[in-house]
Amino acid sequence: MKRQWPYHLILMPLSLLFAAPLVWMLITSFMPDAEINAFPPRLWPSHIDFGGYLKVLTEDSYPRWFGNTLLVTAVAVVSHLVLCSLAGYGFARLRFRGRGVAFVAIMATVMVPTQVLMIPTFLVFKSFGLIDTLAAAFLPWLATAFGVFLMRQFFLSLPRELEEAARIDGCNRLGVFFRVVLPLARPALATLAVFTFLGAWNDLIWPLIAINSEETYTLQVGLTTFAGARHTQWSALMAGNVLATFPLIAAFVVAQRHFIATMSFSGLKG
Amino acid sequence: MAADALTMRGRRARPRVRLMPHLTGWGFVGPATLVIVGLSIFPAVWALILSLRDDNLLAPGSFVGLQNYRDLLDDPDLRAATLHTLLYSVLYVPGSLIIGLPIALALNRPIRFRAFYRTCLFVPYVVSAAATGILANFILDPQFGIVNDLLAGAGIARQGFLQDPSQALLTLVVVSLWGSVGLPIVVYLAALQDIPRELLEAARVDGAGAFRVFRAVTLPQLRPATVFLVIWQTIDALQLFDLVYTTTKGQPLDSTTVIVFYLYQQAFQLFHAGYGAAVAYALFVVTLVVSGGALWYARRGEAPS
Repeated sequence: MKRQWPYHLILMPLSLLFAAPLVWMLITSFMPDAEINAFPPRLWPSHIDFGGYLKVLTEDSYPRWFGNTLLVTAVAVVSHLVLCSLAGYGFARLRFRGRGVAFVAIMATVMVPTQVLMIPTFLVFKSFGLIDTLAAAFLPWLATAFGVFLMRQFFLSLPRELEEAARIDGCNRLGVFFRVVLPLARPALATLAVFTFLGAWNDLIWPLIAINSEETYTLQVGLTTFAGARHTQWSALMAGNVLATFPLIAAFVVAQRHFIATMSFSGLKG
Repeated sequence: MAADALTMRGRRARPRVRLMPHLTGWGFVGPATLVIVGLSIFPAVWALILSLRDDNLLAPGSFVGLQNYRDLLDDPDLRAATLHTLLYSVLYVPGSLIIGLPIALALNRPIRFRAFYRTCLFVPYVVSAAATGILANFILDPQFGIVNDLLAGAGIARQGFLQDPSQALLTLVVVSLWGSVGLPIVVYLAALQDIPRELLEAARVDGAGAFRVFRAVTLPQLRPATVFLVIWQTIDALQLFDLVYTTTKGQPLDSTTVIVFYLYQQAFQLFHAGYGAAVAYALFVVTLVVSGGALWYARRGEAPS
């Protein structure tokens, strides 16, 4: 092995610098407020204090927001996995009228930014009485162009022979899809699930617009209003942040191997 | 499309058999297409119509032609917001690539602790803008923030950061970079792993030094990834909203009002739906021009000089 230390010399301090804010967030979430504001600063709590967590979990609607987000995210992930893998397979393998038009239409939507859509979408949802419901939060997350594209690229990279063999054995299209293709697609599905989880869990601007009563807030909207109301109660704010962030970090750490593999086949090379 | 013509002719003779593949196809792609196109093309057309009207968000108004677009050309607040967005983008886009590439190059080596480094550098990317904003407010607080405590400990004056009009936008760039540089790292890393080993070895055999290999082989091979990242990060920068909303809300002294934040205020706080739609469309056109320009530039320079 060649010299490694120059790389460590760059990577070690940078990694620590990047991790530091999150570590500090975790530490202060267990610190009593008096110690957080002390000067000179304390880097470690005198005792593990659950005051912040207690405040977040009992005095506010935080558990409710957490549940709302959990529901929105679960619907988004399940629906993405089903709809995007079906559509991705259809575009990759089936020949039918209007395929080209439908695919181009889906890809064209990538270019339209959320900002253009949010005003009319708000008005449409309002006329259907959807504003201020959780359905408003998850409807735009049922399927995305990104998901369809990702799955299509993956299915294109699979060899056809397996499917053809199953077809000859008398399996119909749906049977081939569920029994042969989907089991092979596990890495792509894992990546899609993580990306959708991330996007739906962290979405802020749309629920901010579509939801305005406190009990229907999603976690991200709740966090920001909560930050305004509990301005200096840092331990509670950090506890709220930790609870909102660590599920994502866990999901990422579990799925990170799939991530990079998927990035390279998803067609970034144009 | 000879195959299609054949199907058409055949359909009359044996309708059931010939129709099936099309129905199956639509069965697969129909639901997703309906959701994606329905929630996007339809509102996009509606937004275009709205931008030609003076509708209030709560009550319809009347057709005003291009008045909204004329108004936005001499709206001093929008001009200021555009300036902030541009300044942010000019710092953020190159910044994320300049930081991301060397890290990806280092992570591409078979070194110890690689997984640890990669995790540390990427994890901020999964933290939401809301959590990032709250954390930034906390860490960078002018009085109680740990960063200012550390500065004071080192004998440096406390800084206002997000609460100082002359530093707020720059601080936002730094916070954004912390939260998003994971993407360029992962994309570059994936691209680096796709470079054929033979290419690098051939260059080395020909006597090229490490720097020469990087400039003559690695960099050109990374070009598609770079083009993708420039476009992606530019769109990201032009659409900045979440972090502004959760940290400065455009303050102090309006020094961080960016375009989308201004648009949000116009449409959803002042209820100017028509004007908001016009601002959104103007931003859309700018985004298209910028990404199209980047693609065109990339195509034009395809042949290595």
